[in-house]
Amino acid sequence: MAETATNTNTGKPLETQEYFINMGPQHPSTHGVLRLMLTLEGETIHNVEPHLGYIHRSIEKMCEKDTYAQIIHLTDRMDYLSSHMNNEAVSLAVEQGLEVEMPERVKVIRTIISELTRLSSHQLWWGVFGMDLGAITSFLYGFRDREMIIDIFEETCGARLTMNYNVPGGLMFDIHPNFQKRTKAFVEHFRQKLPEYDQLLTGNVIFEMRTKGIGILSKEDAISFGVTGPTGRASGFSNDVRKHNPYSAYPQVEFNEVLREEGDSYARYKVRIQEMWESMSIIEQLIENIPEGDYKVKTKAVIKLPKGEYYQKVETARGEFGVYIISEGGKSPYRLKFRSPGFSNLSALNHMAKGVKIADLVVIMSTLDLVIPDIDR
Amino acid sequence: MNIYDFKSLTDSIHTSLSVNLSPSAVTIIEFIIIAFAFMMLFTLLGLILVYAERKIAAFFQLRLGPMRVGKWGIAQTAADAIKLILKEPLVTKNADKFLFNLAPFIIILSTFMALGAMPFAKGLHALDFDIGILYLTAVSSLGVIGILIAGWSSDNKYSLIGAMRSGAQVVSYELSVGLSLLTVVVLAGSLQFSEIIASQEAGWWIFRGHIPALIAFTIFMIAGTAETNRGPFDLPEAESELTAGFHTEYSGLKFAFFFLAEFVNMFIIAGIGATVFLGGWMPFHIGNWEGFNRIMDFIPSLFWFFGKVAFLIFLMMWFKWTFPRLRIDQLLRLEWKYLLPINLVNILFMAFIVLMGWHF
Amino acid sequence: MKAIVKYISSIFSALKTLFKGMAVTGHYISHPKEIITQQYPENRETLKMFDMFRGEVVLTHSESNEHRCTGCSACEVACPNGTIEIINKRIEMPDGKKKKVIDKFVYHLSMCTFCNLCILSCPTDAIKMSQDFEHAVFDRSQLTKVLNKPASKLMEGVR
Ligand code: SF4
Ligand code: SF4
Repeated sequence: MAETATNTNTGKPLETQEYFINMGPQHPSTHGVLRLMLTLEGETIHNVEPHLGYIHRSIEKMCEKDTYAQIIHLTDRMDYLSSHMNNEAVSLAVEQGLEVEMPERVKVIRTIISELTRLSSHQLWWGVFGMDLGAITSFLYGFRDREMIIDIFEETCGARLTMNYNVPGGLMFDIHPNFQKRTKAFVEHFRQKLPEYDQLLTGNVIFEMRTKGIGILSKEDAISFGVTGPTGRASGFSNDVRKHNPYSAYPQVEFNEVLREEGDSYARYKVRIQEMWESMSIIEQLIENIPEGDYKVKTKAVIKLPKGEYYQKVETARGEFGVYIISEGGKSPYRLKFRSPGFSNLSALNHMAKGVKIADLVVIMSTLDLVIPDIDR
Repeated sequence: MNIYDFKSLTDSIHTSLSVNLSPSAVTIIEFIIIAFAFMMLFTLLGLILVYAERKIAAFFQLRLGPMRVGKWGIAQTAADAIKLILKEPLVTKNADKFLFNLAPFIIILSTFMALGAMPFAKGLHALDFDIGILYLTAVSSLGVIGILIAGWSSDNKYSLIGAMRSGAQVVSYELSVGLSLLTVVVLAGSLQFSEIIASQEAGWWIFRGHIPALIAFTIFMIAGTAETNRGPFDLPEAESELTAGFHTEYSGLKFAFFFLAEFVNMFIIAGIGATVFLGGWMPFHIGNWEGFNRIMDFIPSLFWFFGKVAFLIFLMMWFKWTFPRLRIDQLLRLEWKYLLPINLVNILFMAFIVLMGWHF
Repeated sequence: MKAIVKYISSIFSALKTLFKGMAVTGHYISHPKEIITQQYPENRETLKMFDMFRGEVVLTHSESNEHRCTGCSACEVACPNGTIEIINKRIEMPDGKKKKVIDKFVYHLSMCTFCNLCILSCPTDAIKMSQDFEHAVFDRSQLTKVLNKPASKLMEGVR
């Protein structure tokens, strides 16, 4: 319609322009300091250009001066919602270089805590997703359930978010005597509360209108953008590292890789909800009989990796997280590179958000589940 | 009939003033009294509603809400008001200063004008036009001009988007509000509030009007919520998309005006709904249960009105704290594809019922 | 006709899903027992951190004002971000020998990431994590602490 409007004084057609708007770095729905440069026509988005660098801490460079034990605590501060999995990736890579096999107990505990971390991350994501859609109440329901998991972490390893619980060669401490009891209580509690999530949001007609068919990412695009994790799986891209390259105790447990074909925001939402069920079933399979044994193997006080290159990937709550270590034989790596899932997932944003409304961009961004410090290391 | 009648009070004020004053002076003094009363009401409503919203939202969300200032945080909103008054009124550099400062007053003005026609209790009614409903729907939508001016003048693209959204939204939902009220006008046969209330003496229209009245009430609640820009229709100020929408650039007292106006608008919509559908200050009567009806009559009409309004406001808050927000095109689709056609059919249906005399 | 039926049924199913959501929030507002807010600082007495909680690094002192830190600097080396500074001094022992003892155990709370590596690295278990979490102060300089108490000595037998 804009083309037909005329200037009443001159009679000439009015010119319409695209205009720019900066979403972020301080914006409620970028969840951190991400800056998106939007090109808009009215409310329709023509182009999204993410700008990074507002929270760059040069973690990879810092790793080059740290010992392997010290690197772990830096990975906490990347994707802080999957801190345990990040820790695990580095630990596994170093253990791979040292050629030590972990005791069964370590593997099982690592897996349980990983799944708890995934659950807590998805819970937080659910709450925040509701908030981005304007249903603020879900935020607090998500946090209520997450708090139980965080308490488990706090009791076991003393920290709530930046856990630093893994060390190369095992775990920092043994689990707390209450660990099993609390975890079981949580799973029981959450099995009752998760259907409530569905009642509040999933079936809601407004919610479905807002998410179905929004931000479609085809399987081919998912693969070529390297989109992993629940986001990729919602497009039908089977990429679960836990299935394809199992590590820790994942070979022992039965679980389904949640896949959907639609690739829209609703599918990404459903995949995460379904993954919460899967995570709970994994925890239930392992929690009953955690094998006895040591919680760590003896390593040298200062670990030196033999010269060589090591790569380890794990499945975090956001997708495939990889650690690539080049060692020259010293006590710190010569070069260390992280493959963070958020970075690749963000790269697909422009592709998905072309032609949608501003409100949809918020939905798409939220279903990508971005954690900015993970993207911007 | 009702034993609490404010008419005697207002009449006695009028006669005592008329004793030794000329009629025009009496009118002026009465104007001042009424203006003063409304200003008090406005602030009071703002304070109470903000507090109620914060508490109710908190309880929906497993929180306690404000707890620090005063017992149960009672004085929290008063403290907030003082804070807002003391804040620096910022103006953006390239803002159109005149319009920027004008906008909050337009909004406040429209809410005041709407408040003026509210029948609060028996005999407590500042203006009783014969076109009361028409007047109310007209002035309550004046506020959108304020929103548009605010969005335009503050030289902020987010504000502008918010304002444009608001314009589209209010203009569309006006229709549904008006039409759903018309449904009852068909029943009551009058546009005057006092007569509409009087016509509900035997029972509220929502009960007596069969299904069409129920439908009209539902539509009124939806459209009314949308017209006040409240969630799930709070697109003009959708904080996750537009930070704060049209009032992003406002601070201090001017922001407080927008904020208050939102809450008082909510009161106005709930007030109209209560008056038209739920019998205004009419007590709840059931057929010929004389005893029950008499007990109900003992509750003052003021309480009846505010009780009903409180109930409707609670409903609106319940909506807001449960539902996700709609998108702008979905919002308009809801209006033009669902509410409006249903409304039109509904009016016809109602007219038919009234013609055949099927209502109670 | 079919379209009309579909239109109307879509309205009703939509309303149903909305009521479902309202039932959830309605449940919570009518059950105030479910409220999870904690009233801090009123609950300060009962609020207890877990034993493992990493609040801040402390140097344990016995009743006779003795600590176990030999000043070996292992923790200083283990710390990834220079939070700990061990400043040693030499004192003359009664038998005439010079001995290295700790002068100041400087701990910059503002820099600590609570990674626990220092605690693990200490050969004499001199330091541990306290459960104190109320770290707020008005002046940043107060966050730089000297952990060994004045006139404290090394515990007998620790080396
Ligand atoms: S906890 Fe970590 S950061 Fe803090 S002093 Fe110890 S080693 Fe350093
Ligand atoms: S605290 Fe422990 S590690 Fe640190 S200097 Fe003292 S003895 Fe050495």
